[in-house]
Order: sequence, then C-alpha cells, then structure tokens
Amino acid sequence: MATADLTRRGALPNPDVRKYEDVNKAVLKVLSRPGKGWWTLFSIAVAGVGVFLVSWFYQIYKGIGVSGLNAPVGWGVYITTFVFWVGIAHSGTLISAILFLFRAPWRQAIYRASEAMTVFAVMTAGLFPLIHVGRVWHAYWLVPYPNSRFLWPNFRSPLVWDVFAITTYFTVSAVFFYLGTIPDLAAARDHARGLRQKFYRVISLGWRGTDREWHHFSKAYIYLAALATPLVLSVHSVVSWDFAMAIVPGWHTTIFAPYFVAGAIFSGVALVITLAVPMRKFFGLEEYLTVKHFEAMAKLCLLTSMIVLYAYMTEYFLAWYSGEPPERGSFWNRVFGHYWWANWIMLTCNGLVPLMLWFKRVRRSIAALFVISIFINIGMWFERFVIIVTSLSHEYEPWAWGLYRPSVVEMGILLGSFAWFGFWFLLFTRLLPPVAIAEMKEVVPPPRRGKGAS
Amino acid sequence: MIFGAKRRRGHQGFFALFEHLDSTVDVCKALRAAGHKGFRAYAPLPEHELLEEGLALKHSPVRVFTLAGGLTGAATGFAFTSWTSMDWPLVTGGKPILSIPAYVIIAFECAILFGALSTVIGLFINAGLPNLRPLVAYHPECSNGSFGVYVTAPPARAAEVKEILSRHEPAELREEQEGFDV
Repeated sequence: MATADLTRRGALPNPDVRKYEDVNKAVLKVLSRPGKGWWTLFSIAVAGVGVFLVSWFYQIYKGIGVSGLNAPVGWGVYITTFVFWVGIAHSGTLISAILFLFRAPWRQAIYRASEAMTVFAVMTAGLFPLIHVGRVWHAYWLVPYPNSRFLWPNFRSPLVWDVFAITTYFTVSAVFFYLGTIPDLAAARDHARGLRQKFYRVISLGWRGTDREWHHFSKAYIYLAALATPLVLSVHSVVSWDFAMAIVPGWHTTIFAPYFVAGAIFSGVALVITLAVPMRKFFGLEEYLTVKHFEAMAKLCLLTSMIVLYAYMTEYFLAWYSGEPPERGSFWNRVFGHYWWANWIMLTCNGLVPLMLWFKRVRRSIAALFVISIFINIGMWFERFVIIVTSLSHEYEPWAWGLYRPSVVEMGILLGSFAWFGFWFLLFTRLLPPVAIAEMKEVVPPPRRGKGAS
Repeated sequence: MIFGAKRRRGHQGFFALFEHLDSTVDVCKALRAAGHKGFRAYAPLPEHELLEEGLALKHSPVRVFTLAGGLTGAATGFAFTSWTSMDWPLVTGGKPILSIPAYVIIAFECAILFGALSTVIGLFINAGLPNLRPLVAYHPECSNGSFGVYVTAPPARAAEVKEILSRHEPAELREEQEGFDV
C-alpha cells in the first residue's frame, strides 16, 4: 500500500517517525557498544549454552540411557522441544512473507526481529534430532543416501519428508533473512567507522541502492515471499505428519496439519511479543514498535488461539464420536490420567488465558501482553508434550502402557536450548539492524519539494 | 560485474544528490526525454514512483529464474524419489513402488528450495551483486535520507546534463573527469 493512501486514512503505524533520516538514526544507534544490561544477559546466555553442552556431552559419553526415554515412550522432551522450536520459527515467515503479500502496513517494524527469530529457532530445532538419535556421530544417516548395498531410504516415510522440509525451511528462511538485510547493512556501512565498517562493507556485498539493484531486489523479494508462504504452511504440516501418519491413538487424525500450523503461528507470534517488549524498551524503539503493532499481534494471537482451542475440542469430540475404545481411552487419559496436569496447563494457557485478548484494553496494554505471551509459550510447549508423551504412554494394549519421566539431563538440554537461542538473538541485536531500515521508510511519507505529487 | 564498475573512457561523470523524491523523479524524466540512457538513480528504499514513473522500469527477468528453478526442483524431486524406488523395487507397508502422493511432498520441498536459490542467483546476476570493488559513483547519504542520480556524458553533452541536474536544485553536484560505467 502506498504511503499516500495510509496517510490519507490516518493509518500510518508509526505516526511519530517523520523523516527517513530518523529511521537510520534510531536503528543504527542500537549497533553501538553494548551496555551493562546486554553483557549481563549475554553472560547468562553463555552460561546456559554451557549447561546445554555439558548435558549433551554427558549424554553422548554415557549413552541415551541417561534420558528418561524408554519403551513405550520413545519420544519425550527432545521431540517435544524440537516441535516447539520449529513452531516458534513460523511467525517470522508469517510476518515477513505472508503479511508482505497481504500488504499489512504494521509488519515493517517487527519483521526483521521476527525473521531473525525464525532463523535462530530453526537452528535450535535442528539440534534436537541430533540429540535425540543418541549416537550423534551417526547423525549423517539422516541424510538421504544409499546404504552399502545401494538401497535408498524409504521416501514414503514422514521422517524423511521432515528432513527435506526442515533443511529447505532453514535454507530458504536464512536466505530470505540475509537478502532482506543487505540494504540495511549498506546503511550500517555508511554510518559505521573502522573495523565495523569493514565488516559491514563485506557483508553488504557492495550494495549502493541503485535503481537497477532495487528493481530486481523488490521483484526477487516478492517471488521469495511467494515461495516462502506455501513453504511455511508445509513445514509444520510435515512435522504434524510425523505423528498423524502413525496409527497411535491421539495422533492418527486428519486435523493435525492445520491444527499444528495454527499452533505454530500462535506460539511464534507470542514469542515475538515476548522479545519485542524488552527490545523496544532497552533500545528506545518506542516510536517504532508502537501499541498499534502490539495490538495487531495480539489479534493474531487471539485468532490462532481460537483455532487451536477449536482443534482441541474437535479432538475430544471425535475421540468420543469414533466409538474406538483405544481412541477414547487415550483422550480420557489425557484429561484425567497420569499427565492430567500437563493437559490442564495446556488448556489454561492456550485456551483460557488468551480469551482476555477479546478486550481492547488488554490488547493495548504492553505489560499484559508480555505476561500473556509467556503463558502462551509455556502452554504451547505443554501442548506438544501432551500430544507426544500421553499418546505414547497409553496406546492399544494395557500391558504395554507405561510412564515417562524426563531426566535432569533432558531438562538441562531443554533449558540450554533457550540459552542457545538467546545467545544468537542477542548477537543479532548488536550486529545487524534489528528494525528493517529500508522497509520502515515505506511507511514514512517521502520527502517532497512541493506539496502533492510531482 | 563482481568486480565493480569500469571506467567509461572519454565520458564525464556527474553525481547529483537530491533531498526530495519528486525532484529526483523529474530529473530522471528529463534525462530520459533528452535521450540519455544508462544513468543510475539511487534511493534509500524501492520507491515505486521513482522506479516506475521516473525510470519506466518494466518486468524483471528474475521471475524467469524463479520459474525455471521451481520447475527444475519439482522435476528433480520426482525423478530422485522415483528413480531410487525403481532402482531396488522393495514393497514397504503394502504401498505401490511408485508412491506418487508421498513423493509430491519431497518434490514440493525441492521446488521451493531450487526456486528460492535460483531467484537469488537471478537477482545477483541481474543486479550486479556482489560488487566487491571500492564503492564508486556513490554517496553515503543515499542509504540515509537522500536520493541520487549519476550520469555519464561525452564532453559535447556535458553542459546539457549539468543544466538538467542543476535545474532541479541538487543538494550536491559532483563532477568527475572520467565517469564510471555503472
């Protein structure tokens, strides 16, 4: 949408940003020497990465037996956390690609941070299959290549689809992210001095903002967005088929793909809110991340929360309606069985707490949104835990039922994964412009010599 | 391309910096009307008014790269899964040897992957990136809040170019004895 239309409708999301120069000044200021707060957070993140590595190395040294995984629950915290981080990744592409194609004027200020979040979340998620396989030195077996007798892997298996989906998603979102930053890296290069300038000079690839560059760039960006849109919907569908293609009660349902995609966007947008609130405060970006942005994200959370809640209800209804004793037993077990607390945390955090977003006052209160977004993220982690663990622990034959208890090592790796994500995100906020400079200028009225068009 | 712009022998170079979008659009229109080709406009954002009205840029060939990459990817995905299944026909799960619906997923992911990567290649080829030479014919204000126009002209037309540029009140006008082919 042209800025002129937005101005006329009074719909500019950043009314206090008046000049192009203001954008450069406010955003590039963030790329200066980090303060005490940043170093404190960064040290915590490094310590957490230490916990992560120590836990993982301990597991590699002792064997996968140090985790709580055993028959019948062979998928536990690792796969739960894998699905959680893949889900988190989805909001970045949603905001950068889908809202780009829909021309939503509030995406500009938020999309760089959420896209960075996508890349780092996939980097985090990608570690979990390696951790989960136990003998990590054989992790290259995941790559589709023939065995010594030239038998290729079974491409009918959803786990093989997942390898393709996740590697494609990581590659495409990283490329999309980097490509979008190039013009802003050029701006950083023109602003910085000394060693930093050399760094930006190399990674901005000599961008000068010529008409030729912009012309092809903006077209390439549209095509990439058009490719990323079906991709993001496919990735979590494929992840959901890891479950839905199996005949485990509680997994084997056709609703899984849309249900997982909605849940992924729900959790991802919530994490964008969780990260954007402190970013806005510490970096003085209040004029850029306005209440309008937070309200728009809150609406997105509300919508996806409703879809997720509907999916929960459908699952319960169909389990009852199917008349299948194992299916009914599985869902009864979820709600009233050994893991009842996980299920109720999930329902409360994902279904009940977001209902508060129906109120405009809540949607426009940044403190309230921050708290709700944390609830949503806890709830979404438990959703995956409920789906994976309760279903596996309660399959068909009662003699094969069993319980799973996460070990300390698994908890260390789970907490460490947040530190690993935070480590990259903190580096990002200091090295790359955390708000898209060139795109922000699209929602700032261009400077004109006279009033009106030329 | 990768190593940046070459000198354009016997041509003078002019770099004009403008503070306003409309003056930049007008300069581009005036230069085109006077028959100048191959001049460059600089902007801090992809402003449609400049690209479409000022410079009348039409389609970008990048889309051909996207299409070709996507089709190649889809074909590769299907060919790869089908060939490997035919290479050692082994029935698993009672499914046909060629399980097309399952292969659609892999073909789809390959289509996206190849399509995206070839879009980037298309962009790099068409936009002349990466450009690793020192920056010439450039002004750092163009990534901030200003617009720019760079024109090269033979000495016979230099005065005319200079007149067009200065008529629109540039914030800065720089002259080079020997211009760059940009």
